Amino acid sequence: MTTFFLAVATFLLLTLLAAVHRILRGPSRADRMLTAQLFGTTGVAILLVLAAALDQRAIVDGALVFALLAMVNTTVFVRQAWKAGSE
Amino acid sequence: MEGRFRVTTVADGFTVACLLVGSFFFLSGTVGILRFPDALTRLHAVTKADNVGLGLVVIGLIPQSASLGSAGKLLLVWAVALIASAASSYLVSSSVTSAERMREDE
Repeated sequence: MTTFFLAVATFLLLTLLAAVHRILRGPSRADRMLTAQLFGTTGVAILLVLAAALDQRAIVDGALVFALLAMVNTTVFVRQAWKAGSE
Repeated sequence: MEGRFRVTTVADGFTVACLLVGSFFFLSGTVGILRFPDALTRLHAVTKADNVGLGLVVIGLIPQSASLGSAGKLLLVWAVALIASAASSYLVSSSVTSAERMREDE
């Protein structure tokens, strides 16, 4: 079971790395913002699967904080974009 | 003793199935973000597919959790991620439409 969890976590990490292409290519600011959002959600999933794989329930608390910070992340990006656009 | 399922096997099979389908949803979310033509459509791919994938991962991990409290914490993580995604997607889409409106005004 642990091997399966580690395999799922590795697979999710690979999909995450594949999405980096959108950060490099993304023509607009919003593309990079939504890739950050993808990182947040996929990161939470990786942390949850790792918590099951390593049998450490404390990692679930880390995933909770990560999900909260994902919202703060996007808010900061958007505030920046609004400020830059209104100049 | 044939025909008597061991609870562990059924729970493990359920976990494996949910995690496999969940990872497929995450893969489709990444494919969507790479292949869709427009920022707003990519936002759809990220928000919908990834959150369903996360939900399936959480549902798949619930049989593996040790107690009712830790299962509740997993559901809480999913709820927080859903709320954060909803708020983030609204903010990103409003910045896209305001940028388009500014470009039209020029």
